[in-house]
Order: sequence, then C-alpha cells, then structure tokens
Amino acid sequence: MEHLKNLNLAEEQPQETLSMDPKKFILWLFIVSIIMLFASQTSAYLVRRAEGNWLEFTVPIIFSYSTVVLVVSSISMHIAYLAAKKDNFSVLKTAISITFALGLVFLWMQFEGWKDLVKQNVYFVGNPAGSFFYVFTFLHGAHLITGLIVLCVAFTAAFQMQIHAKNLRRISICATYWHFLDILWIYLFVFLLYFR
Amino acid sequence: MSVVATSTIVDAHVEEVHEHHEEQNFWKKYVFSEDHKTIAKQYMITGIFWAVIGIAMSVVFRLQLGFPGINLSWLKPVLGRWITETGTLDPNFYLALVTMHGTIMVFFVLTAGLSGTFSNFLIPLQIGARDMASGFLNMLGFWFFALSSVVMFISLFLHTGPAAGGWVIYPPLSALPQAHMGSEMGMTLWLSSMALFIISSLLGGINYITTVINLRTRGMTFSRLPLTIWAFFITAVLGLISFPVLFSAALLLIFDRHFGTSFYLSEIYINGEALPNMGGSPILFQHLFWFLGHPEVYIVLLPALGMTSEIIATNARKPIFGYRAMIASLLGIAFLAFVVWAHHMFVTGMNPFLGSIFMFLTLIIAVPSAVKAFNYITTLWRGNIIFTPAMLFSIGLVSLFVSGGVTGIILGNSALDIQLHDTYFVVAHFHIVMGAASAFGFFAGIYHWFPKMFGRMMNNSMGQIHFWATFIGVYLIFYPMHYIGIAGFPRRYYQFTTYDFAKSYTNLNMFVTIAAIFTFAAQFIFLWNFFYSMFKGKTAPLNPWRSNTLEWTTPVVPGHGNWVGEIPAVYRWPYDYSKPGAAEDFIPQTVPYSATPESNLPHETALIAEEKELGEINLNDQFRTAH
Repeated sequence: MEHLKNLNLAEEQPQETLSMDPKKFILWLFIVSIIMLFASQTSAYLVRRAEGNWLEFTVPIIFSYSTVVLVVSSISMHIAYLAAKKDNFSVLKTAISITFALGLVFLWMQFEGWKDLVKQNVYFVGNPAGSFFYVFTFLHGAHLITGLIVLCVAFTAAFQMQIHAKNLRRISICATYWHFLDILWIYLFVFLLYFR
Repeated sequence: MSVVATSTIVDAHVEEVHEHHEEQNFWKKYVFSEDHKTIAKQYMITGIFWAVIGIAMSVVFRLQLGFPGINLSWLKPVLGRWITETGTLDPNFYLALVTMHGTIMVFFVLTAGLSGTFSNFLIPLQIGARDMASGFLNMLGFWFFALSSVVMFISLFLHTGPAAGGWVIYPPLSALPQAHMGSEMGMTLWLSSMALFIISSLLGGINYITTVINLRTRGMTFSRLPLTIWAFFITAVLGLISFPVLFSAALLLIFDRHFGTSFYLSEIYINGEALPNMGGSPILFQHLFWFLGHPEVYIVLLPALGMTSEIIATNARKPIFGYRAMIASLLGIAFLAFVVWAHHMFVTGMNPFLGSIFMFLTLIIAVPSAVKAFNYITTLWRGNIIFTPAMLFSIGLVSLFVSGGVTGIILGNSALDIQLHDTYFVVAHFHIVMGAASAFGFFAGIYHWFPKMFGRMMNNSMGQIHFWATFIGVYLIFYPMHYIGIAGFPRRYYQFTTYDFAKSYTNLNMFVTIAAIFTFAAQFIFLWNFFYSMFKGKTAPLNPWRSNTLEWTTPVVPGHGNWVGEIPAVYRWPYDYSKPGAAEDFIPQTVPYSATPESNLPHETALIAEEKELGEINLNDQFRTAH
C-alpha cells in the first residue's frame, strides 16, 4: 500500500498524458460528423451526376464575392484570437464584432445568390443539379448560423472580460469552428464549380 | 490479500470526501440527471419498454404468417380498426407492423437500449473517470432519444397508421404519400423521429469517444483497457462516421416528400398521370442508406461482443485468449463495415464486376469474425467455468454468432444472393447474427452488471430458466426459417399461399409462430426477475463475480463521482485470472505488481519501478479542481 501513501496532489504539477482539452476534443468530433454529412452529400452529387440528365448552369458571381467575405471574416477571427492571447481587449472585441458582421453579410449574399439562381431559371424544385446547389448552400448556411451562435457566446464572454490569455478555451473553440466553416465553404464552392 | 487492500484503500479516503454538493431536487436527480449511471438506467428502461412493444408486434404478424387469415378479433381492444370486420389482420397494418418492428428493434432497442445503456454505464466506471466528458451533452443525448421515442410512439396511433415501407424506407414508396397510407403522416413522423435519433446518437457517441480518450485514470493505457471499452469506443466511432450519412439520406428524402425535389424520384405514373418529378435516382438512396445501414449492424453487435468477452473471461476464470487479436478483429470488422454496403444491393442491377468486389470484401469479414469466435472458444477451453446467467447468455451469443455468421458467407455471394435476396433466409440470417446475438449480449450485460446498477442480485434460477427457454426458443424460431427462405418464401408478404410450393411450407411457418410465442412468453420471466430484484433482490456484495475491472472497486452502489476519495490507479491489464502462483484466482487491475511478487512474470517485475511514480500522480480527475 506504500504506493498510495503520498497522494497529496495539489502541489504537484504532473504532466498530462493527453494535453487535449475534452471540450475541444468534443468540437473536433462534431467537425468529423459535419465532414461526414457533407462528404455524403457531395458523393451523392457525384453519383447522381454520373447518371446523366444533368443541368449545367453558371454559378452567379455573387458566390465568389461571398467567399471572399468569409475568408476575410476568418482573418478577423484569427486577429481576435491573437488579441485574446495578448490580453488586448479592445482589439479582441472589435475583431469579434467584425467577424460576426461579416458572417451576417455572407449569409445575406448567399441569399442574394439564390435570387440570382432563380433569375437564371434554376430552381430548388427541378433538375437535381439545381436542387443540390440549393441544398449545399442551405446546409452550409445552417451550420454557419450555429457558428454565429458560438460567436455570440464568445462575444458576450469577451464583454464580461472572461476571455483572456489564461482562459482561451472559448475563443479557441470558436475560432476553430469558424475556420472550419470557412474551409468547408471553400471546399463546397470549389466542388460546385469544378463538377458543374 | 490484494483484494482486501483495494477495498481498504477506498475506505481510507472516506473522511476526505468533499461534501460540497447540495442535495439535488427530484428533477435534477432522476429526470434531467447528468450522472452517467442514471442516464444509463434511463436508456435501459426506455430500451426495455421498446423491446416489449417491438417483440409483441412481431408476435402479431407471426400469427398471421403462421396461420394465414387467423381470427384476431380478441386483439380488437388493442388494435381497433386494424382488425377487419371478419377478424383478420388488416394487410396495411401488417406492413406497418413489420416496418415498426424493424425500426424499433434495430434503432431503439439494440442501438439506444444496448449501446446507450452500457456505454454510459461502463465507460466511466471501467476506465476510472468521475463521469462522462460532458454530462450536459450526455443528458441532452438521452432526451433527444426520448423525444424521438415519443414521436415514433405517437405515429403508432395515427389514423393512417405508422410508416409501412419497411425499416429501410426505400423511395419511391416512402417518398410518395399516395404510394401507401403508411407513407403519409406515418412516414413524416418516422423521418422526424429518426432525425432526432441521429442527433441523440451523435451526442452520445461524441461523448463516449472523448471520455475514453481523455479521461482514463492513471495507468489505464490503451493496452490495459477492458475489451468492453474497446468495443464501445469503436462502436461510437462507427456511429459518428455513419449516422451523418443517414441524416443526409433522410434530409434529401424529406425534400423529395415535402418540397417536390427529384433526388430519388424519377419519371413515375400514378393512376395514369405522370408526376412532375424527373431524373431522380432511387438507387442513390440505397447507397446512402446502406452506407449507414451496414455499419449499423456492427453498431448493434460490437458492444455485445465486447461485453461478452469480458463476461466470458471473468466466468471462465481465465485470461481472454488473444487480447490483442480481439482488438485487432474489432478494428478489422469496423473498417470492413464501411466498404461492404453494396452487398445489400446485389440485385439493384449493379455492375456484376462491382458486385464481385463487394462480395470479396464481404467475405473477408469472415476472417476477423472467425478470430473472435476462436478466441471465445479458446478462452472457454479448460477454464473453471461458472455458469452464471450472464455467462450462459455470453456462450449463447458465441453459438448464435457462429451459426448466424455461417449463413452470412452464403448470402455474401452475389450469385447465391439472386436466389436468396428478400427471402426468409435473409431474415433468419440477420435475426440470428445481429438480432438475437445482440439481444443475448444485452441480457448478459444486464445479468452481469445488475449488482453494480442497483446494488442487488438478480435471481439465479430464474436467470437459468430464462436463458434455456430463450436459447432453445431462438433456434426453434430461426433455424426452420432458413428452409422456408431457401424454398423461396419472400419477405414482407402478408400472405403467400397462392402457389402450391408455398403451401407445403405452411407447417414450418406454423411451427415458427408457436416457437415465437413461446420465446416471447419466456421473456416475462426476465421482466419479473428484473423488476422484482431491483427492489427485493438479495443485497449484492462488493465484487460478486470476483472480477478484475475497476467498476467493482467502487462502493456497492456508486454515488456521484463513482469513487469515494481518490480514483484508483491501474497497474495491470484486466484479465489476470487464475495466474499461476497467485493466492486468489483473480488479481484486480488496481493491485500493483509490487504487491504480487509471487505471480509476476519477469517483464512485469521490471515494471515495478514505474509503479511508484504512477501512484503519486493524479491525471485526468475531473474533481481535481473544485466544481
């Protein structure tokens, strides 16, 4: 029983076996499930496209602009993260606000993109080529809304001074998710352009 | 000596317990509980509730199959309109019953009921964690399941009946409300319910994976994890990867049903009128569905295999044979699960070359499965077997796994499948290898871990009777079913007596039905034993099965945080049974090698130096910081 005698642990600083924070790990697993969702959607797209009877249409230019907006929002997200690391609160708050606003702008542009598609006579109901386009953008938009909610949480936390160099969990979870959503959209966009 | 030592260590820390938890109110404690043990029991009770309904449904349609046109007017108080004027079962409702039986048993009983119960209960207890990584998500997971259960339950009472297109819900049958009455509101509720169910599975699975990876106690390396945990872990990974795909499939189906898109719907005429849908592909749905559907089989079966590995080693009083091979075969099965889905679709007109690839991959599954079967048998070989009910059910699982697996090799052949596809041969195959085998795992788990769940023992004699009745019953049901299938008797038919060759098998069908009723009746022994023992059973000792794993070092009924005081450290693998030289025939994982010099192997003596360090550190304890 000697081995269990000195169990006074508070003073010691043992090395963790796994340095990953469980909450962050949960986020990564969520990302895996989202990846599987979109992987199945895009492979369904390919399977269906291979069968022929496929409508080809030009992707409205506004989707390119919205992609730029989302990339910029990712940059501002990263600036927010760096600011939190350096305890630079004013930059942190501004950068989070900018990210949030750009997220909203992106959603609005996606919606405008849908309108342009309708003008081109590409409808949700009709040839699956168009339907898939709407479904992809819709699903990504839905996930982006959850990203905005996570941003909101980080935003309130930042204003309550709960995010600082010693408590980066929330902001880093938020940043990871936001960057993922950004990369996800770039993947979808390139995919949709390439496999028209 | 070693066993006593572990229990006193636990006692020694009683004084230090921090009692800063205020008493929780009823709702927090029993309903919206975040404690993994309570959540596990919630899953179990819900699962048992669904099992009773699901199996009762099968008895009703078995009556029609065994005795075509039987007078079921005595069921009118329960089924109401679904019993026709003449007292026979409504054919529409027959289809609904078959569909609901499949859905309920596969998803609600054997996925949520089995994996939900035991992953929740055993993962923290066996890896030495206070609770799941996120108690809140865990609670949310159960309540999503409960909500999905409620939606599915409501669908049973619809005027147009519940979904009736088979549990695989192939479009266009499921996509067009005018196709069948079950494709109206029943299908809508089915899809809503499954969407909720998928969310629940994902929340649960994410938690299981995170907990196993991040919250193991000190010394609990992956090579010391009990096989139960390995199985739950791999099951959760399978679910995480495959359930989003089902979500995709369901989502596109919902768009087809309610928004008029044409993902799955091609040119279709109904009553001479063309539908507007153009260019969809119903095969696409099958690809998406079976990409989940096949891993789902293993999501159902792997937890049962993991639990029985543990139970067989414990009750054979022998180390599990081929621990690493067991893990490797679990991984092998899990990997292969994702590359065989098209063997469900051999007759969809797929390229025969593609068919032979999928056939090849399918038959490879026999390799890891055989590794498992042989390891079970070699573990049993010359063991000091103790035939507890849990052990009997575990051995029963091995039997079913082998006899059901053998017919899988037959069905995996794309040429043979042309004859056997959608016959009762398929039904017999998957009921034995996946349904009954997993159910046996469920029973084994309940008999084995009941003392830890409720602090009481289940009645042994009733358990024995329950096992033999169920074991014999299951074989009596499904063995003759193979012959009915080979003869060409198709699935999902209300009545198949038009042709002379089919008439000759009426006797066998009758026999199967009687066996099914007998087996169903035998389950009430279990139900009585379960609920009676929960309140009136003999009080359980600390370690009733003289087992090695960590859950038996907790108090008889573990409280919040599982261990009183410090979480024990782990020094050895969980299968040190009947180790030569040891005083007892088991050495719990918490006993260090330094305490057992008489039984150590040379390489284990070398590990003693590291043990001291291990005892001093305290990794990953969720209570280390005040909460």
